[in-house]
Amino acid sequence: MTLLSVRNLAVDYATKGGTLHAVSRGTLEVGAGEVVGLVGESGCGKTTLARALTGVVPRNATFKGGEVVFEGKDLLAGPPAAWKDLLWRRISFVPQSSMNALDPVYRVGTQMEEVLRLRGGLGREAARNRTAELFGLVGLDAKRSVEYPHQFSGGMRQRAAIAMALALEPSLVIADEPVTALDVIVQRQVLDTLRDLQSRLGVSVLLVTHDISVVAYVCDRVVVMYAGEVVESGKVGDVLAAPRHPYTMGLTNAFPDLERAGGTLAPIMGAPPDLRSPPTGCRFAERCPFAVARCRSESPPLTVAADGHASACWRSDEAAALAETARDPATWTPTSASAA
Amino acid sequence: MDAYVRVRGLTKTFAVRRGLAQVMRGEHPVVHAVRSVDFDIAPGETVGLLGESGCGKTTTGRLLLKLLEPSAGSIAIGGRELAGLAGTELMAFRRDAQFVFQNPFDALNPRLSIANSLSEPLVNAGIPKAEHLDRMKVVLERVRIRGTDLLERYPHEMSGGQLQRIVLARALVLEPRFVVADEPVSMLDVSVRAGILNLMRELQDTLGLTAIYISHDLALVRYVARRTMVMYLGSLVEDGPTEDVIREPLHPYTRALIAAVPQPRVDQSRAPLPLRPGTADARKVGAGCAFVNRCPVAIAACTAERPPLIDLPGGRRVACHLVQAPRAAVAAEPVLS
Repeated sequence: MTLLSVRNLAVDYATKGGTLHAVSRGTLEVGAGEVVGLVGESGCGKTTLARALTGVVPRNATFKGGEVVFEGKDLLAGPPAAWKDLLWRRISFVPQSSMNALDPVYRVGTQMEEVLRLRGGLGREAARNRTAELFGLVGLDAKRSVEYPHQFSGGMRQRAAIAMALALEPSLVIADEPVTALDVIVQRQVLDTLRDLQSRLGVSVLLVTHDISVVAYVCDRVVVMYAGEVVESGKVGDVLAAPRHPYTMGLTNAFPDLERAGGTLAPIMGAPPDLRSPPTGCRFAERCPFAVARCRSESPPLTVAADGHASACWRSDEAAALAETARDPATWTPTSASAA
Repeated sequence: MDAYVRVRGLTKTFAVRRGLAQVMRGEHPVVHAVRSVDFDIAPGETVGLLGESGCGKTTTGRLLLKLLEPSAGSIAIGGRELAGLAGTELMAFRRDAQFVFQNPFDALNPRLSIANSLSEPLVNAGIPKAEHLDRMKVVLERVRIRGTDLLERYPHEMSGGQLQRIVLARALVLEPRFVVADEPVSMLDVSVRAGILNLMRELQDTLGLTAIYISHDLALVRYVARRTMVMYLGSLVEDGPTEDVIREPLHPYTRALIAAVPQPRVDQSRAPLPLRPGTADARKVGAGCAFVNRCPVAIAACTAERPPLIDLPGGRRVACHLVQAPRAAVAAEPVLS
């Protein structure tokens, strides 16, 4: 069952240098009880898209179109107040740095009680008990709820932020790079906690990250963004094993992993386009070793195949062959890119 | 061959803010950022220094470049003893040894053009002005930046990948023999990381640099360094050829660290980490092994006595009471309390 369905969401930022089209094709679905990874590089619009789903956007941001259907209602078409009312109760958010989630001058427990009382309507006593319960849920010692955020380690703060997000039993948790600032071991422990809670509580999670390994570890499905557009989505296994968009192909051999011995890494040459004046045609064409004339003139639509694996590439019919070629680092060197 | 870098008993302590009781008792608590570390690095060798935040890896890097003074122990680099280095000898050392910073967005002065940023070290080293442009051209070519139009630009006009190349160029412009790179790609996007990593590998080979690559990421260390040293709370716990360390980690901490790294594929192990619940706190390290409170296989000796870093065949070293030296007779009688 689909809990959240986002279609062609567009978000613009007014900047000094002109209008920046941060998200122009935000298209994704999150099923009930599903963990979906949203991956992409810095500036690709993943954080903007994820934050926009809470209905709370920066002052200079505007929704330019699309729809956000959550539990059967189009939030973008409805009154903003109704959307904001869902925050914490139905949709909650775990920010990138848990330092931002927690106010440094209040005790961690107090902040959690505040959410429970103000947004959840709980009484003082009930809020206190629920806080202790939530601490236990994420593996924190309830006795430490009287401490201040600076007394917590990074991993503990992230656990507290997750506990707060789960406080009012929402159906969707949006987590923006929840483990990026953490050490590997702590990262793994927080991910294990997140995955465990997700399956026990049946909550859906949209996990924003730049790290494909994290997606592979915890997600059921993955959505890949590039330059403000969703370019590929599907089951994690399908997308990683048989990517259909050249950008995803490039990403998978651009970083080292522990199991693939030796080998040469292949960077994706060039840089993403300026989103104040995005190119016509495919936004990845400039860096794509497989680009043909059509790619530069016409923007490929996001097409969903029968197996639910979607991609936006004019050459997706040849995806299997292209993926094979893409595995060779030489494909990504500048000479062959310009020759193609 | 003689070691290019020779470190013996290197220790760095930092004073900890004192509580009232400690002031009254006249105590001066310290935290050991680096605790009696010994290692050698051969000329032209690249060594990865792996560990989590707070393990002392960055402090070690700074000590090696004399950006910090050790509390105890000695460092010799290229035959120069760092302690007491001054005057022209210090200047010569500063030319030979360079640091590559973590965050390319912070490492360059935003108000200096790239040309000014690159020539600053040349000016400091007393290189005649007439040579500057030629040297800059050479170094830009080394970091694969084509043309010199970039020289007139400012950091905010450049991408992260370009900036990191400039940071690298700045470290290389004086043709150093020794480089310490502290997480040089951790701030970069995946698609540009590979370019910098490939460049670093190439430069090690063509320039014959001796290098230390500091990182928390084992996969990155593996890509650039054939040898890896693992640090935990100030101590060196394992050292050996990178491939061997990954294939057969000997220290329980290294085992946990490797098990924790997520892989970019779906059918990965979700087995619980080989760790006991506990936290890494440098202030709470007692007389025994620093890892004892989280170690799943700790024995009584681990709390009583710090395990020495012992030599093993195949160029490996490990500091764990559970790993025996090949000839047991080498070890002194353990004293158990």
